[in-house]
Amino acid sequence: MTDPTAGHQGGDHERDGDPSAGPEPRDGAEEPREPRYRVIGTPSPAAARTMLAAPHPGTPGGPPEPRPRELPAEPDDPARAKRAERIVAACFLIAFLAGLGFIAAYVIFPVHSIQRVVNSNLALGLTLSLVFLGLAAGAVFWVRNVMPWVVLTEARKPLRSSEEDRAAFQETFQQGTEASQFVKRPLLRRTLIAATVPVAVAPILLLRDLGPLPRKTLDHTVWRDGMRLLNYGINRPIRPADFSSPGGMITVVPDGFQDDFNALAKAACIIIKFGPNQLEFTSKSSPVDGKVVENWTVDNIVAYSKICTHVGCPAALYEQTTHHILCPCHQSTFDATRGAKVIFGPATRALPQLPMTVDAQGFLVAKHDFTEPVGPSFWERGPST
Amino acid sequence: MTVNRAIGGTGNWLDERFRGAKGLRAVFKKLYPDHWTFLLGEIALYSFIILVLTGTFLTFFFKPSMTEVVYHGNYLKLDGLHMSEAYASTLNISFDVRGGLLMRQIHHWAADLFLAAIMVHMIRVFFTGAYRKPREVNWLIGIVLFTLGLIEGLFGYSLPDDLLSGAGLRILQGVIQSIPIVGTYGSYFLFGGQYPGHSIIPRMYILHVLLIPGLFAALIGAHIFIMYHQKHTQMPGKGRTNKNVVGAPAFPYFAAKTTALFLFVFAVVTLAGTFAQINPIWLYGPYNPLAISAGSQPDFYMGMLEGALRVMPAWQWVVFGHTFAFNVFIPGLLPLGFIFTAAALWPFIEQWITGDKTEHHINDRPRNAPTRTALGLAVIAFYGVLWAEGANDLIAQHLDISLYTVTWIARIAVIVVPILTYIIAKRVCLGLQRKDIHLMEHGVETGIIRQLPNGEFIEETRPLDDERLAKIARPEPLELPAGTTEAAAEEVPPPGMRGGIGRVKARLNKIVTETVPMNGHGANGHGPNGHGEHAAIGSGDRDQGEGDGGSDHHG
Repeated sequence: MTDPTAGHQGGDHERDGDPSAGPEPRDGAEEPREPRYRVIGTPSPAAARTMLAAPHPGTPGGPPEPRPRELPAEPDDPARAKRAERIVAACFLIAFLAGLGFIAAYVIFPVHSIQRVVNSNLALGLTLSLVFLGLAAGAVFWVRNVMPWVVLTEARKPLRSSEEDRAAFQETFQQGTEASQFVKRPLLRRTLIAATVPVAVAPILLLRDLGPLPRKTLDHTVWRDGMRLLNYGINRPIRPADFSSPGGMITVVPDGFQDDFNALAKAACIIIKFGPNQLEFTSKSSPVDGKVVENWTVDNIVAYSKICTHVGCPAALYEQTTHHILCPCHQSTFDATRGAKVIFGPATRALPQLPMTVDAQGFLVAKHDFTEPVGPSFWERGPST
Repeated sequence: MTVNRAIGGTGNWLDERFRGAKGLRAVFKKLYPDHWTFLLGEIALYSFIILVLTGTFLTFFFKPSMTEVVYHGNYLKLDGLHMSEAYASTLNISFDVRGGLLMRQIHHWAADLFLAAIMVHMIRVFFTGAYRKPREVNWLIGIVLFTLGLIEGLFGYSLPDDLLSGAGLRILQGVIQSIPIVGTYGSYFLFGGQYPGHSIIPRMYILHVLLIPGLFAALIGAHIFIMYHQKHTQMPGKGRTNKNVVGAPAFPYFAAKTTALFLFVFAVVTLAGTFAQINPIWLYGPYNPLAISAGSQPDFYMGMLEGALRVMPAWQWVVFGHTFAFNVFIPGLLPLGFIFTAAALWPFIEQWITGDKTEHHINDRPRNAPTRTALGLAVIAFYGVLWAEGANDLIAQHLDISLYTVTWIARIAVIVVPILTYIIAKRVCLGLQRKDIHLMEHGVETGIIRQLPNGEFIEETRPLDDERLAKIARPEPLELPAGTTEAAAEEVPPPGMRGGIGRVKARLNKIVTETVPMNGHGANGHGPNGHGEHAAIGSGDRDQGEGDGGSDHHG
């Protein structure tokens, strides 16, 4: 480990062979200053502090000798600098022309259609990129090849203050504390602390009205007894006979809520028509009294909640051959023939089944709401089914 | 010295009002050490500036509203569709504002670059030990900035209210809702009631454009001020010590270089915004809670959370009617929570284990801190496995293997790969140290074989020059806490090493400080007496090395 003071290597000015042209040794923060003497009656050297005036350095009564140079004024290799200068200028010229091009592109290229936007984006982006590239490349060439190369060294002082400064600070702090009487007068201190406590909860309190309390809202959807299932998109009710053959999955929504996202985010369902004996269940024991067995399917058509029980994405992929319902977000996979039981992925619960029947006109309707909360789990959800 | 009249005049005018000559001179003269990895943090800073510039432009046209409108704009494929004003105004920016699409794409690319630069910057700081005393506070600020960046990015790409980002918000809502006790309330307060509600876009907007950028500005300011005040670290090299700074002054060198870097960053994101389409929201369509597209992927920095959700097995408890949805809140909170907490505590844990309370201004080469490097790589491997699992559907599709197989591989890999990474990385580091020691002891091979008069063949080597030697030399070893060395094992341990915790500490110390001992060839000049301070690993090699060196000298 070299001595810290040995770090002031004047010869750090690497590419310069002449040590006399090396930079002045540097000393971190504290510059050694020559005391300034002034003969009474001579002009004030104050003018020398302006950047403008340095009239007669070194003359009696004038400002002190200028400091030795820290940075060389001329590049190490003038020929190379000259070549680089041309390249830098060319870069800046490209940036200038590209800037003009950008203005022109803004004026010339209209938008308002896909193809025009493509053209405008290309013209604006290309010219703007060239502006920045030209400036950046020019600047890099400038620094690396035109400016004289320097590597300097300065001391790094420990960050800890000197003992003297620390002691002085401690005194100041001590005296300030004493003068404030904060320590001596516990009544003041305690009432002050007490005064700030209630107001500290104000920011939290004020956030209370950000939303309503959940209460039981997550437990129910808008499905009601006799509410028709609409084929989402065309919004028409569905008859079991409309399914000519077992097949794909249809998204259905409750009649009257087809445009209500807040309702649909929980109530959306999928219905799937199966062939005879494909469904491994046709009925479900009602949780109302536990024993009565209801048939929730109609003509081998079954309805499941479309909202994934993992984190609520729509479970929108259905593979007809395997009867697997797949949520594309995290790949929870449900077996549609067996009550949408989870067969793979992070979901823990089956997709809830919507109890279905047909109404007087023969349309599919809900028997009643889901018998368990749909969608992702939550703390108050209650027993798993 | 002659100074331009106008500049001199301005300088005089300002100085007579602010007395700035001395302070500004110090700013101008400040030295900045150079290394390409020091640019990473600057790239993050300049990405932030670009984000502020382009983001301000976007706010002039964006309407953060969930009010439903019927679209009749110039993107005819969506004509007549119901959508939120937020989505419609984003279409408007893309198709009806000149430069709007470019600004949107630059903004999005700059956001990705911002987070990527932060990550790589953080990795650099970790592996070089630049977080050590006195820079722990800046390390912590950096972690907070990273966390804020993730939230800011998530909010930003969710604002257009398109189908893709809507799915992301739905997932966010599901994760919040799963948190025990407070989750349901948290979700209702954030979304203003049931999902999706009508409040989330305007709320995210004000957080995205005001609150978080304000925090960014304050924390980035503090980060840079602290860096300036403490002076930058430097890589090991000739003439560089823990008590100096070797570099070029701010004016004009660093100022010009860093301005050039800013322009390069701007050029790169502008080129990306010109040629690389990003987030084409018009293709996704407006948000609809019933719709989803397969192969949905978030921005890259969210991929790890997505992968964690995908890799987690179904696990849930219901206790006394209350649901513990481990399958959701564990992957949602634990992996990133673990990484950030561990990263925040690490500088203090390392200090506690090594007993090293000294200032460090020379960066470590990663191989010279094998345990730290191995730990860091293990965390990166953990992150990487989860990140890749975030694209398990695409991996399965492109490699034509079963989706479930990919997930099972990830479930095993997320545990096995980090452990293997740790073991291999540590061995590689120690091996690289041996290579360095070999170089220092034997020099560089010249390829010349010489025959001695007695018939023996020897290989000629050239000693390393000072510059290379200084670069690979290890810094002075720490004054290790007594009781951790083998020689001291029989002595009475000092107070800090007694008792159960003390023994754990001594053990950890052995692991963390495990290095191949040097034979006094370092620039620090500590002699061969320093042997045996560390664990005995590689002592056999050392003996052999000395033997070889001996025969060289005889030659």
